[in-house]
Amino acid sequence: MMKSRREPVQVVKERRDEALHTLVRSIPYIQFLGIVFDRRGDQLTAIMSYDEKLIGNPEIPALHGGVIAAFLEVSGVIELSWSSLCKEIEASSKPTQYTLIPAHIELPKTIDFTVDYLRSGLPRDAYARARITRSGRRYASVFVEAWQNDRDRIFAQATGHFLMPKPLNVEKSTPS
Amino acid sequence: MVISNEAHARQFIEAIPHAKELGIWFETIGEGTVEMHMDYDERFIGDPKTKVIHGGAVFALLDTCCGAAVISHPEQRGLTATIDLRVDYMRPATPWQTIRAKATCYNMTRSVAFVRALALDNDDDRPVAAATGAFVAGN
Repeated sequence: MMKSRREPVQVVKERRDEALHTLVRSIPYIQFLGIVFDRRGDQLTAIMSYDEKLIGNPEIPALHGGVIAAFLEVSGVIELSWSSLCKEIEASSKPTQYTLIPAHIELPKTIDFTVDYLRSGLPRDAYARARITRSGRRYASVFVEAWQNDRDRIFAQATGHFLMPKPLNVEKSTPS
Repeated sequence: MVISNEAHARQFIEAIPHAKELGIWFETIGEGTVEMHMDYDERFIGDPKTKVIHGGAVFALLDTCCGAAVISHPEQRGLTATIDLRVDYMRPATPWQTIRAKATCYNMTRSVAFVRALALDNDDDRPVAAATGAFVAGN
């Protein structure tokens, strides 16, 4: 028989997933591009499923450069926002009663974003991972890389700088 | 039949599935200069709280406009590809306003085309974003 009481680690996992899904679902542009996120521990992988509307050059065919940039930028923003949200949730006095309200989320603002196009994007699924290289109170630097069928053959990489929002007052959005 | 680069640029960009998806259209095409517009669309919202469109959509508009500027340059033969592109986001684009991108291919070497661009909403004096990049030249 299953025990009704779950392990605390499972509860933490659910909270992390819940925060991630609320965050991702609240942004229409992420739905528009069809990007989803896979979480393993504290590592996120962004997945963009191939769709004909993402094509920039129909002759090759290749993914649009702007789509690739947007995919990398979305990965960076979600990585930054989700990791800081998780820290705030776990640091709050009642993480178990915490519910993230989409209208309360303040996202990091992109200051600049530079994309290197290393290879053309093939008409197939793409994956990206972002690494926060510096995280300060006001500014953060992020490095993002994307690949397709071969993890060792990066087809695009980017660096970006972001202005971080003031920490969300977690206690405020916690129902009493 | 000779197809001018200007006609070539217009024809090519209009055949780009993603540009069509974003509703991007040509305003003007010159020799190495292009202006393109993109209407506000709720599907492009990047910040649900402020309704501001995502930087990625602005990036896509600027990338498309810069590429078209390269193709429309008199010394360019054929298509191009982005080598790198940097976008500086100066302020959020005002919701519900059309975004205009203006790109210039200001230098062309045998293998590289250098481009810069601005993105504007209804306020001409305060750009939303600026881009600088290098594109594949020649072919």
